[in-house]
Formats: sequence, structure tokens, C-alpha cells
Amino acid sequence: MDPRRVVITGVGVVSPLGVGKESFIEGFLSDRSGIDRIRGFDPVGLPCQVGGEVEEFKINEYVPKIYRKATKLMSRDIVLAVVAAELAIRDAGLKTKGTAPDEIANIDPRRSGVNIGAGLICCDLDELGIALEHAQHEGKFSYAKWGREGMESLTPLWLLKYLPNMQGCHISIIHDLQGPSNSITCAEASGLLAIGEAYRTIVRDKADMMVAGGAECKINPMGLLRQCLLGRVATRYNDRPDQACRPFDRQADGCVMAEGGGIVILEERQRARRRGARIYGEITGFGASNNFSGDFIRPDDGAAGVVIALQKALDEAQLTGDEIRLLIPHGSAIAEHDRAEAQAIRSVFGPAAAALPVVATKSRIGNSGAGASALDLVAAVLSLQEDVIPANRNCPEPPPEYGLNLPDTTIRSAGIRNAMCCCYTYGGQTAAAVVQRPDSR
Amino acid sequence: MARRRVVITGMGAVTPLAHSVEELWQKLLAGESGIRPTTVFDAGTFPTQFSAEVRDYDVRDVLPPEVGAIHRQAGRHSGFILGAALQAWRQANLPLPLAEEGVPMPQALPPTDRIGIYLGAGEGPVDFDNFVGAIIAGWQSDSKQIDWGRWADHALATMDAMRELGQEPNMPSAHLSQLFRVRGPCFSCLTACAASTQAIGEATELIRDGQADIMIAGGAHSMIHPLGITGFNRLTALSRRNDSPARASRPFDRDRDGFVVAEGAGVIILEELEVARRRQAPILAEVLGYGSTTDAFRVTDQHDQGRGGIAAVRLALQDAGLNVEDIDYISAHGTGTKENDSIETLVIKSVFGPLAYKIPVSSVKSMLGHLIAAAGVVEMITCVLAIRDQKLPPTINLENPDPLCDLDYVPNQARAATVEVAMSNSFGFGGQNDTVIIGKWPN
Repeated sequence: MDPRRVVITGVGVVSPLGVGKESFIEGFLSDRSGIDRIRGFDPVGLPCQVGGEVEEFKINEYVPKIYRKATKLMSRDIVLAVVAAELAIRDAGLKTKGTAPDEIANIDPRRSGVNIGAGLICCDLDELGIALEHAQHEGKFSYAKWGREGMESLTPLWLLKYLPNMQGCHISIIHDLQGPSNSITCAEASGLLAIGEAYRTIVRDKADMMVAGGAECKINPMGLLRQCLLGRVATRYNDRPDQACRPFDRQADGCVMAEGGGIVILEERQRARRRGARIYGEITGFGASNNFSGDFIRPDDGAAGVVIALQKALDEAQLTGDEIRLLIPHGSAIAEHDRAEAQAIRSVFGPAAAALPVVATKSRIGNSGAGASALDLVAAVLSLQEDVIPANRNCPEPPPEYGLNLPDTTIRSAGIRNAMCCCYTYGGQTAAAVVQRPDSR
Repeated sequence: MARRRVVITGMGAVTPLAHSVEELWQKLLAGESGIRPTTVFDAGTFPTQFSAEVRDYDVRDVLPPEVGAIHRQAGRHSGFILGAALQAWRQANLPLPLAEEGVPMPQALPPTDRIGIYLGAGEGPVDFDNFVGAIIAGWQSDSKQIDWGRWADHALATMDAMRELGQEPNMPSAHLSQLFRVRGPCFSCLTACAASTQAIGEATELIRDGQADIMIAGGAHSMIHPLGITGFNRLTALSRRNDSPARASRPFDRDRDGFVVAEGAGVIILEELEVARRRQAPILAEVLGYGSTTDAFRVTDQHDQGRGGIAAVRLALQDAGLNVEDIDYISAHGTGTKENDSIETLVIKSVFGPLAYKIPVSSVKSMLGHLIAAAGVVEMITCVLAIRDQKLPPTINLENPDPLCDLDYVPNQARAATVEVAMSNSFGFGGQNDTVIIGKWPN
């Protein structure tokens, strides 16, 4: 029996470039950046004051009427996932309990699942501040008063806004997805690892359709503060936000954090064909690995984990490096990390590396944590579909020793048959995937 | 081609009852409770003032002297799993450290990129005093908002980068990958109370798929911190039996009034059968089946007819190629909440029919409390031991039967039993259901 094959039939994007795949691809093909001075809170006390925030949108346009009350239980991270999932399901033409409540569904709920990458969700500090007013003794926190009065001012369902599995939970309820369900929490690798797991779930015949991806909001005081404490953020560009994130550039200054969600619909190929779905591409290879070093934060020299993940994904797709026409790297814009990633790419692709277009996305959309690597897969998928290689932004001067081909102009009719993306994170988790044109085998 | 078979070759646990598997098992068979008044913070006025803490444990005592200093500063839950994983690793007869990449492995071990990690791990405890201190420093009582400049000044001056990083749910797996220097697939999932059962199931699948030959699987969690207990207390999910903590966790009892938060970690080593045989590793049990489903019902409640739970149990049986009469023992999710225990009973009856009354079911949460993300793996370890010793751990505090819970829950006393095949159920808050079935290995 031939192995089951998995195709992508829908994409949903919420990013600093806008809501929806149209503004996402348009943003990549123009010179637009989604990075600006942070507006969600006053970042004045933090060394990095720029980030990628999503334009205002109304959550009610993305959840069915009967579910609107439950949006009160959604933190920003959950909202981003729910909206991206809704967009992806609509984009795939799937009729679910959520998208077509009055029609017969064209999914089998028991064979449909969800796998969403989530971050460490911090509670709303203003909300906690109000409760803390009732828990102080002489200006200091009092456990006794918190236990007696303070906690009472939190809404009873307070905890539910902050559990990472609630992204998948809400999505499963809205769309009636009763199959396998998982919530991957591997920081910046979460989104792509979730997609890789969902891909395997379908190959194993445990589901026919999976809603998979990741979403996170890093533009909140604690989320950004943690990155500042780790010294990962860009600090020299607070007056020039759109130039702040510079992956692989000589002037790379650090991460620029963001919010966003990227979700794809994965379907078993025959099922997708039978229902006449538009097929963006096929996932033909996936590799997961570990990029640990001595300190949890830096990749080691040569990013050995990235090498293994890329190679495993290529092997599974039965491809050699010269057959890849686009690579979306992690490209954190931390110079030392970019150097290690470039070395890993050279080591996998060898002489073909010089010809392989590498396009980093974070210069435009920042780093949305658990959403980031899923958005990168979506960028690869949309580039494949449009057959276009977007230009890098903020990368006028890559150090020549990186040895990478970082196009600075858009390449149309690029002839992409196979595209890849890869990611790694603090903590070490690493992943890579190959997406192939639907008609190429 | 036949499916690759997966066996368990090592186990480790750091729990409220003991810091080793064997001592844990003796205490569970003796029906001891690990639940006492909370000491890690002053919970004296909280609605729930007790929990199941890991006591007298310091990760620095269990780390081999040659490992990096970075592990000595591990967050609370990462510290637990370092201890648990070292126990499991040693029992599986795996070398520490592993050979460097490119150097041939001793004992016919697979290369490091075929040894992976799959954990169901929770967030680490918040640095509460500094977290709250910053909010108070920035608070403006007139506008009821935080002055972010003042907040940031305080936070940057008091909070520690590594302590904040230690709260990320991927850090327990980060510690293990560094300690053992493994480069295979590395995952951490957080499907609430089902997480480590899910991790065991998914790790098994990765070995079956050929993505790895050995997986370190398990989980770690501690929600015994002011915000964790606050969250569960606000949900009214916790027992409030403050006058008798050891009797507070009463799964399936008529007078149960909620679960008890516990902390700890558990690890099992999963291994492809031929790899384990080749290197003559001790084979403790075989993983036979895994089922994973979603309730897709309500954010706050389990499906009232147990739809998702029933489907998970059936899928696991189907995956194992077993019938209902093949199951000798069920390790229940058994949290001690009104809702869970009656619905779980319904799930078992729906799947097993009249046989449900003949299969012993017990909940070690009656003694250990609920280790949340780490609960499933510790319960899986008790299933392995039940098979090894042909003994079932009891459900303690089961004094007054509930008419909705009328199965054989092995009340209050451990007992001898013939156990060839055991099933462990975990139902996560939010609707994720996972079931794993293991079987005796004929040594």
C-alpha cells in the first residue's frame, strides 16, 4: 500500500501585515513592513520599543454568532489562533459547524483534528492589578489578604484565558473537530512542529483532516520583558521601527517581537482531490531535531540541530539540496544566531547554497513566538502557489562569509517546485519541512 | 511490513510520596497519602490550604558532578524531571554522557539523532514576589491602570532572565536534551491534565513511524504557586477539606469535593523492540495501543455523555488490536471532581458493557493528588508495576459509594490480581482525551 499523502488546502493568516492571506502576500511583494512603535502598551521603560502588531479587527466577524459569548474567555493568543483557524477553514472551502452551521458539513468530525502551537500565555496585568488593590498591607503584597479578598475579584473562569491548550479547545468546539488534538509548546518552533505532527497524524491514518499551526502574542509587557531580560531584542532602532529587524544583515541588532497566527488545513490527498479542493502544495518531508547548546539560548556553532532537521526533511522528501528553489529560514536577526544558521544551511546545501534563494520573513512580520514558524510555512506555501520569491527587506549587506543567496528584489515566475522552511528556538527544539508543488509527482 | 513494536525499558519519578519509583510503589500499595498543608507559600487564607508537594528534594543532590552548572539552577518542575529522567536513563542501561556525534556508540546504541524527547510539561512557577512587586510598583489607583514605565523599571531591576526563561513549558525538555545530548525529535505538549499520556502516545507513534529508535517520554509540572491555586480555586475545582488534607482526594466517593493539586515528574524510556533486544536492555512492558480524541463540547465541561473519552478508549483498543475482555486493569483519570468521576465511570461502562463491573479500576490520585501535566506518566508507571508485581494500587478515601460510580475501584486496600494488560486514561481540561494500553513482556 502506498503511504498516505498530505496536502495543504487552506491557509489562514493574522500577521502584522494584516488579517488574511491577501495582505500577507501583498506585504511580502511590496516594500511594506508590519513593524512599528508599540501601541498596545507604552513600552517607554523597555530597551526595545518596536514590534509587530496586527491592525484592529473585530473578533465577532470570525466566530459564529452562537459562540460570541465565549470570546470573553479568549486571551489575545487564543483570539489570534481562532481567527487564523476560521480563515484557513473558510479558505479551504470546508463546511463545519462553525463556517456553515445550517448546512451539511463536508468533514467527518471524528476524523478531523487540531494541533496548535502555543506559547507561555501571561495573564493580563491590569486585571491582576485591580485584584491586587485588595491584597496589600502597608504597600506590600499580603498572601493573607489575597486569599481572603484579592482573588475574589478575578472572574471565576480567569485561568481558562491562559491555558495553552485553550487555542485548540476553542477551535475544536467551534468547528466540531473530535479527532486527535494536541497543543505543542516548544516556544518559537511550536507552530512548525505542530504542523509536522499533524502531517504525521494523517499519514498514520489517525485523521483525514487537521487544522494545524501556531499563534502567539509577544507584544504584551511580560512577553516583551522576558525577551529583553534575555538580551535577544533589537535596541538601536527604536526611532526607525521598520528597519529594526535585520535578519542576516551586517547591522543585525536582535529580535523584534510580534503577534500573529498562521494556520493551515492539512488533508489526505485523495480526500482533497475527491472533493475538488484547491491544493496549494504537498508536505513531502518533515524533520524534527534538537539544536541545544551550552546555555539554552544560543544555537551551537554550526547549528547542528538545524543541519539534522533540514537533512531529515530532504531525505523524507527524497530530494537533494539542488532541487530546493526557496528556503524560509528562522532568521532571528541576532547576528550570532544568523551566523550559525547560515553555516547550517551551507553545510546541508553545499555548493547549491550559493544558488538557493533564502528569504527571511521577520524583517516584515517580526517574531511572533509560537506563531512565527507556522507563518513561515504559510509564506513558503503562498510563494510556491504564486511562484514568486519575495525580496528580503533590511538586508542590504549580508556578511559575505555567510555564503547565502539573499535576494533583494522580487523574483517572479521563479520556477519553484520545492520550497523549505526551518526553525529553531531557545530551549533547542528544531524543525524543517519541505512543501512541493501539487502537480510535480 | 509489520509495525515496529515499542517497549518500555526505564522508569523514573519524583513525586509527593517519594523520589524514586520503588519507594513510590511501596507507599501506593500501602495506601499512603502525600497530601498535606501547603508550605511553598502562605496559603493560610486560601479556600484550599493544602496540596501534594514534593518535599526535601534538591536537584543538586541528584545531578552527577560532571554535568553543566546550568542544570543546578533548573526551575522547580525542570528539577523534578532531571531526577526522574536520570533514574529512567540508568534503569534502561543507557550511558551518561552519550558518545559525541560522529563517534560510534557503545552497546549497539542508535545514533543521537535517533534518540528523542516527548514531554507533556507545564509552565514553571511564576517568580511571584517580583511579578507582583512590579505590578504594585506601577499601579495607579486613580486610573486603575499600570504605569508601564514604572512597572518596567521595577521589573528590569528585580526579575532574573533565567528564572523567567525557566517558566517556558519547553524548558524541561531543554534540560533533558542538554543533559543527555540527544538530537532526535524533541517535543513538548501541554494538553492540560492529559499531557504526559499524550506524550507517551505520540512518542510511541514516532518510534513506530521510524522517526526515532529511543524516546524519553513523560512530563513535569508544578502548579503549587499562588496563581495556580488561585486559578483552580476560582474555578471551584479544588477540594476544600482543609481540616483533613489526607482525606481530601476521594475519587469516586460520594463526598468528593474536587481534586488536589500535586507536583512532580515522571519519565519512561520507550524503545523500539529490536534496538532494546540488541543492547540487552531490561524490557519492562510493551506499549500496545494509543487513542487520542477531542470532546469538542464546552470549554468548562467534559462531554456529558463521555463522547470523547469513549472514542479515545475505543481507538486505543483498536490500535492495540485488543477486545474489551483483554483489559485486566484500568488506571483511571479519577480526579475526585463530581463531574470527572461520574463521566469516567460512564465511559468505562459504555465501552466495556457488563464487563465493566469485573475490571478493577483505581485512581492513584487519591494518594498522590493531581500532578496535572505529569499525572499521566506517573499513572503509566504504576500500570507497569501492577503488571510486574501482579498487584493493584488502591483508591483510598473511598468510604461512601456514589450511586453514579458503581464499579470496582479497588477501595482502600491494594490487592493481588492477574494483570497482563493495563489501560491508563487521561482526560484533559479543555476536552483532550488520551488512552494508552500496555502489556506484559514475557521475560
